Amino acid sequence: MFEKTGIASFEMVMSKFPSAERINKGKVAVAECYKCIPCNPCEDACGFNAIKVGEDINQMPVVDPDACIGCGRCVSGCPGLAIILVDGSISEESVDIYMPYEFLPLPEKGETVKALDRAGKHVCDGTVIAVDNKASNDRTPVIRVRVPRAELYNVRNIALKGEEA
Amino acid sequence: MRSCELLVVGGGPAGLCAAINAAKAGAHVIVLERNPSIGGQLVKQTHMFFGSRKQHASTRGIDIVGILESEIAAMGDKIEILASTTALGIYEDGVVTAMHREDKYVKFKPQAIVVATGACEKALAFENNDLPGIYGAGAVQTLMNVYGVSVGDSVVMVGAGNIGLIVSYQLMQAGVNVKCILDAAPRIGGYLVHASKVARMGVPILTGHTVKRAIGREKLEAVEIVELDERFKEIPGTESIVETDTLCISVGLAPLTELLHMAGCKMRFVGQLGGLVPLKNDELMTSVDGLFVAGDTSGVEEASAAMVEGRIAGLCAAKKLGYVAEDFEEELSDLKAQLEALRSGPAGKHIRDGIAHTALDVEAQYV
Repeated sequence: MFEKTGIASFEMVMSKFPSAERINKGKVAVAECYKCIPCNPCEDACGFNAIKVGEDINQMPVVDPDACIGCGRCVSGCPGLAIILVDGSISEESVDIYMPYEFLPLPEKGETVKALDRAGKHVCDGTVIAVDNKASNDRTPVIRVRVPRAELYNVRNIALKGEEA
Repeated sequence: MRSCELLVVGGGPAGLCAAINAAKAGAHVIVLERNPSIGGQLVKQTHMFFGSRKQHASTRGIDIVGILESEIAAMGDKIEILASTTALGIYEDGVVTAMHREDKYVKFKPQAIVVATGACEKALAFENNDLPGIYGAGAVQTLMNVYGVSVGDSVVMVGAGNIGLIVSYQLMQAGVNVKCILDAAPRIGGYLVHASKVARMGVPILTGHTVKRAIGREKLEAVEIVELDERFKEIPGTESIVETDTLCISVGLAPLTELLHMAGCKMRFVGQLGGLVPLKNDELMTSVDGLFVAGDTSGVEEASAAMVEGRIAGLCAAKKLGYVAEDFEEELSDLKAQLEALRSGPAGKHIRDGIAHTALDVEAQYV
């Protein structure tokens, strides 16, 4: 199905997420790269040896959740915009998701946005905690959005209120 | 008529890399570029490149132009760029003719040539496909990213290869409503990370679908789309109408090989590489002595591979002229290893299969 729609199944998504225990300790990268393509900048971007592609650049990246400190350099460095950070250490009720977002206008800090799933469906609302658009992101801003914990594995994009989901 | 050492035809990623490497080895290079500025398709590629660091992965195509320009500037007068100059022919005496702007006819007598003319977009036959509002996806990308012109308010994209997916995403960045992406094949042809980017914006990718006809009087108003079975036959009763003012066609590229035909290069039709391509040896020289090829003109691939091929062609063309780079063997094997790495995975299978038919030394097997 994924190869027909571009929408990863729940099982595929879960196969890339680290354990709930790790997520609850603090932010960690999730590399949603599901097909072998010749590409390895994520490995180069990581200063902690936490992402491995290996000698053959056609292999999929593997994140070592224990080595990852959630710095996010891979998020804006991935040409496929396939990497996000998740952080389950915020509270019982909510989690933070850091997503690359290359659209204007950018949301404002504190703004309520629509949180979308991998098919672009509006699943819940989220609050923008931070908009990271520093020079080293090279025009790929990373938006940190707080959403209900139940949507941890579903939220993958945002749309501003007033935009079509 | 100007005598010169190396003439590179085409100032895109392959041609520029060929010029840089040949100049580094010591050759004097003239680059002919038909557009007013160099860079080829890089100038509109606002997305980050794949590959690895050596092919500028994670850097946007528009920024790679600047990197190559500074490498060219570092070569001083070893590289001369002639922009707004279109090569017209390669004759049997080795003379290359070109038109500078629209009024000056120029002739060159090079000792070696690299043809890096790239590729052009393929068309699609359907009823009313000449209505205004129907574009090639590459043309739309040029209008949008180079000239800042939006082609319409809504778009239906035909083709879910990398270009169709990337241009769809960039259209959305420009505020255009992309209604859907169709592809006749049962599966998405482009990288799935690109597909996921547009899917999570809510754009449906309809594999097993194509455009049946365009509808409109003066200009495009709607398209009729239809579902296809696994054998690409239309399934009656599945037709539906999608209102749109723009239709983008992105059904693949074909190598631009007219100059190679004219020069007498041995050619072969290789579907996996986009059409008729030149046979070549492992230094990228064609059957015509001293005539090298690089990039999409010798088989349609990603720009990362085009840049590596350009570097190989430049290195080897310089050697042909007697300029053997100090670390020739080392650099050539590194470049070949880079190509191998880019092509070795499942995404490169069709390229590997295609290239197997283009080696000059396998020619004998076909005769």
